[in-house]
Amino acid sequence: MNLNRLAGAPHAHDRDSVPRLMSAVLLAILPATLYGLFLFGWPAFNLLAITVLVGLACEAGCLWLAGRPVRTGVKDGSALLTGMLLALSLPPWAPWWIGAIGAAFAVVVGKQVFGGTGQNIFNPAMLARVMLLVSFPVEMTTWLTPHPWWSGTSPGWLEGWLITLGHFSATDGVTGATILGYARTELGMNHSLSQILPGHYQAGAAALGWTGGSLGETAEWLVLLGGLWLLRRRVITWPIPAGMLGAVLVLAGAFHLLDPQRFADPGLHLLSGSLMLGAFFIATDPVTSPVAPLGQIVFGIGCGVLVYAIRTWGGYPEGVAFAVVLMNAATPLIDHYIRPRAYGRTWRGQPRPVPARAKQPPLVQRSGVDARD
Amino acid sequence: MNDYRGIFADGLWNNNVVFTQMLALCPLMAVTTTATNGLGMGLATTGVLLTSNIVIAILRDFVAQEVRIPVFVLLIASLVTLADMAINAWLHELYKVLGLFIPLIVVNCSVLGRAESFASKQPVLASAADGLAMGLGYTLALTVIGGCREIVGSATLFAHASLLLGDGFAFLETTLIKDYHGFLLMLLPPGGFLVLGFLLAGKRVIERVTETSGVKEEFHCSVQ
Repeated sequence: MNLNRLAGAPHAHDRDSVPRLMSAVLLAILPATLYGLFLFGWPAFNLLAITVLVGLACEAGCLWLAGRPVRTGVKDGSALLTGMLLALSLPPWAPWWIGAIGAAFAVVVGKQVFGGTGQNIFNPAMLARVMLLVSFPVEMTTWLTPHPWWSGTSPGWLEGWLITLGHFSATDGVTGATILGYARTELGMNHSLSQILPGHYQAGAAALGWTGGSLGETAEWLVLLGGLWLLRRRVITWPIPAGMLGAVLVLAGAFHLLDPQRFADPGLHLLSGSLMLGAFFIATDPVTSPVAPLGQIVFGIGCGVLVYAIRTWGGYPEGVAFAVVLMNAATPLIDHYIRPRAYGRTWRGQPRPVPARAKQPPLVQRSGVDARD
Repeated sequence: MNDYRGIFADGLWNNNVVFTQMLALCPLMAVTTTATNGLGMGLATTGVLLTSNIVIAILRDFVAQEVRIPVFVLLIASLVTLADMAINAWLHELYKVLGLFIPLIVVNCSVLGRAESFASKQPVLASAADGLAMGLGYTLALTVIGGCREIVGSATLFAHASLLLGDGFAFLETTLIKDYHGFLLMLLPPGGFLVLGFLLAGKRVIERVTETSGVKEEFHCSVQ
């Protein structure tokens, strides 16, 4: 009889594992990715492929160096997801070496140096994006106006490879600032928002994703859809996205009410840049976010406040990557002060009082065994 | 104590100031944006280490045990001031680049460290050898780290060497890639930490390989 076979706890679980988690997230991000590929054509596809392949190769190399099982490590999909998220946060027509250096940095310095999957302090993809933005500001801020595959302006396969290999001269009309970058420059010249926004920003187009921006961040509604599906599948939980989006919403709303000419409305903040992607797919990384739900809310609010502060007063037009990396650094602190309540205990760690009707003669204590064990 | 081979092996490799003792990292992160800066800073520190070790080894019998640290610090400070003025006078361009970090050799922990752990207990000649070896080891580390950061960060090697160190060093200047975009991160402090980390890992690997091949012995060094 096999019934008495010994097995360690937990005895009831729904067979979650790293590969399942990763494939669920990959599936959720797929619609936004496909939309980005349609919007920006072959060069975007090449960049995505190169980033993911370099990420996988670096993962395999590091695992081999460390003497760990290479095949299972690569197949768990964490490097695939890292490469994917990094590529989605890059400008779609960036040259190949941006993706390659970024993916190598993300996997080697961002993750494997700390001890591999599950050990990293910072979100690898966002760490690499910050590194790229600091090191290569020109390549990382050359944004495109949409060139969908069916429109005829999209480059062909060969031309796409030329762009990926770096033979791409940025010309006006092909490139254009993102709305956040444009608004920031114009605000710097003391123009008011009512002069800036008309003609450059339509809420509908922004929500549908018909704007310039990173490869996977333009289609807000597809990202949101993927995120909600992940929430439903309980791959991620609500505190971080709610905290992050809520903080941006509240701050943007309050400042917009104070001075509508200087501070953009909350809709623009929510529908542009990579806020949705960050809130649902990046900040929710279970490795680099706090454990307790309350801590996750603090983490999410911190991310949101930082995003709004960087967008409004910081040196860069977009700050999701910086915000997430900064809050990653604060995660151990949050975890130290806000701990989850252990089952059967109060928040202070004392045993919970037993309800009156469940009280029984204190058999256990008389027998000398500590009831709390 | 006439093991000069051992002293030099210690200073350059086994007990290297940077790669083993992990001392003097502040000037290291600050100045090693090019190999030239690293070389200049390393040589200045070597000069101070050598002279301070000699002076302290000479005076070690006259210094009471209770006041040795203030005395050593005073001696080192005088020597650093001398080095500071000398570099300002003869290598003014280098002085302008290294700036504050020359006077800060005073608080370079490796200098007082060698005085305390070696020169105050050993004869003059051995102390001089130790100072020279440690200084050269530090110079080596600074130059290698500076070289790595410079190659990756700006695709040159020993840029401005003739300007900073004198015309005799002009042959060192090389440009590896023309029209290089630059990899800014490597020139910023994080680049210093990254390069140092990878070089440390590299040194450990080399030591592990030589140890396992030299001494036929199972050597486990797994982190897990």
